[in-house]
Amino acid sequence: MELAQTARTEALRAEARAWLRAHVPARPLPSLETAEGFAAHRAWEAELHGGGWSVPSWPEEYGGRGADLFGWLAFEEEYWAAGAPGRVSQNGISLLAPTLFDHGTAEQRARVLPPMASGEVIWAQAWSEPEAGSDLAALRSRAVRTEGGWLLSGQKTWSSRAAFADRAFGIFRTDPGAAKPHQGLTYLMFGLRDPGVTVRPVGRLDGKPAFAEIFLDEVFVPDAEVLGEPGQGWRIAMSATGNERGLTLRSPGRFLAAADRLVELWRAVGDPADTALRDRVADAVIGARAYRLFTAASASRFAAGAALGAESSLNKVFWSEYDIALHETALDLLGPEAEAADGPWAEGYVFALAGPVYAGTNEIQRDIIAERLLGLPKGRR
Amino acid sequence: MRFLLTDEQREFARSLDALLTAADVPSAVRAWAAGDHAPGLALWRRAAEAGVFALAVPEAYGGVGPLPVETAVACGELGRHGVPGPVVESLAAGVLLGSVGGAAAKEWLPGIASGTEVVSLVVAGYGPYALDADAAGAVFVVAGDELRVVRDPGEPTPSLDPARRLFRPAEGGEVVASGARVREAARAAAAWATFATAAQALGCGEALLRATVAYVKQRTQFGGPVGSFQAVKHRLADTLLGLEFARPLLYGAAVELAGDAPGAGAAVAAAKVAAGEAAYAAARTALQLHGAVGYTEELDLAWWLRRARPLRDAWGTPSACRARVLAG
Repeated sequence: MELAQTARTEALRAEARAWLRAHVPARPLPSLETAEGFAAHRAWEAELHGGGWSVPSWPEEYGGRGADLFGWLAFEEEYWAAGAPGRVSQNGISLLAPTLFDHGTAEQRARVLPPMASGEVIWAQAWSEPEAGSDLAALRSRAVRTEGGWLLSGQKTWSSRAAFADRAFGIFRTDPGAAKPHQGLTYLMFGLRDPGVTVRPVGRLDGKPAFAEIFLDEVFVPDAEVLGEPGQGWRIAMSATGNERGLTLRSPGRFLAAADRLVELWRAVGDPADTALRDRVADAVIGARAYRLFTAASASRFAAGAALGAESSLNKVFWSEYDIALHETALDLLGPEAEAADGPWAEGYVFALAGPVYAGTNEIQRDIIAERLLGLPKGRR
Repeated sequence: MRFLLTDEQREFARSLDALLTAADVPSAVRAWAAGDHAPGLALWRRAAEAGVFALAVPEAYGGVGPLPVETAVACGELGRHGVPGPVVESLAAGVLLGSVGGAAAKEWLPGIASGTEVVSLVVAGYGPYALDADAAGAVFVVAGDELRVVRDPGEPTPSLDPARRLFRPAEGGEVVASGARVREAARAAAAWATFATAAQALGCGEALLRATVAYVKQRTQFGGPVGSFQAVKHRLADTLLGLEFARPLLYGAAVELAGDAPGAGAAVAAAKVAAGEAAYAAARTALQLHGAVGYTEELDLAWWLRRARPLRDAWGTPSACRARVLAG
């Protein structure tokens, strides 16, 4: 049992650190949930790509460095420790790309991945619908066969950053007569400015136009936009949600850096006599360490050939609740100033509040943990 | 990086598990609580034959250590099965004497490693009681720069967990080492004791979770197994979550202890907080989901329910450990 990294990983880490030190913007970019911030973050994606760091774990032919999982984790630690901006390309890079690597065609990979890596095309996910959130199998939006492709109709919602993004991916019902609700679904990609697409921004809790509703009225997409086989959308999407809940959406590096900043804040403004608050700061440090080591164990199992399983539900519940606790502690340290804070802690707090809701609610994750990891009987939801 | 147990380490865990499953540990725990140490000491010998007490003793004194990962594995299994006795204290005494060296090490360590000597330990700052001193051949007491050996257990003090028998060591005894090396050795021993207690707590929590999952699958109410209710499932999911995120902290601390890394103290403290809190939360959940039957002495579960809280607080309270984490 060891935590030491290979020389290759450490070399990648050192190179990333040097590059980030020279390139990370001195001042935080405006919120990426706004039009202005989105544009600034898109420019940052291009700069990152220019340095060869936008997708270090991808093969070189698509703009990556071919780094393994441990290299990616080391890069992420350096990225967040450097105070680098949030990733506006995240939906594409962490959700669609792994699916393309697993299920896409060579043509799709060659066409979709390079502009995703450069930030030229930014992707939104379009899975949720008004009647289908955590119960994704209940989705109704349909894709009807037409010559050379499909016609998409229906409504998607809660689509993160779709107000500003270029393209989207989602699953659509292609066989309404299928025996089970999760059968007869197809994974498709489409352009958010294609004819028949209407995007309506929805203000987030803090009013920022962070997500959007997408209305689709007989939107034509060619066959080349089908990911995997028609009718296999559920299976393909589930492999991506495992990625989302599991390793790729929240790397440990992000929380290690946040916990470090929290300790700095505590040293700057904390009352040494307030041991209750001190203990919460300590818990944030412990939680970040726990998450890093849990991930190290998962990564070691993958490297040894194991598959990602229901443990990704443990991961998701952990990081989403951890993120809120960490930010609440920061706001408590700021005290009366917290209300006026228009800085990273306030932004992070609002963002964290959504964690237990998206990527499959924590209630659904706990059901999965109880049924698949503990073997408890299925019951009414 | 390969942050996984090796095949040999997993096999060690499996063999200890098999050994302890075959033994009637709950009876030994009951006897121990009543002051009859014979069945517990028989278990101790079996664990010693499997190599448990040699893990923290240096090779020069008849041990195979220090081996923190294997110690975590062993203490996890002993904790899961509820093995009574000053396991943590004997292991930490091995670290203490191994670090102090000299005549005391030569006199005591071979017996500790082979399991023929059962000893207890008190380090100033970590509570006043010597655990199970009446079952121990000696109690090592460290205060400041001085290491004493006390052979008189003194009078017991009632304990929340009757199978953890508490004694206040008598004054006096023989001073067997003194000076700065004692202070340094005590620091190392206390870190190991904290670490081993965290491992025991994790095992205790696992036992509580396992028993509760089994119970809610077979207990029916309102026409179905209790375990099919979402409120029940979610408590157990949270219990598993707590334990699963404590385990890597424990092994992470083991890696740091093995490398004698500067951050080892903070890593051990973090593991202790997480494992202690997770085990205690597991106990609260176990009691709640067993209902009134869980609140009885008849069920063997009672021993794990009573142990979770002391393990959380022994060798570093959560508050002390959290302060240690922030000290870096």
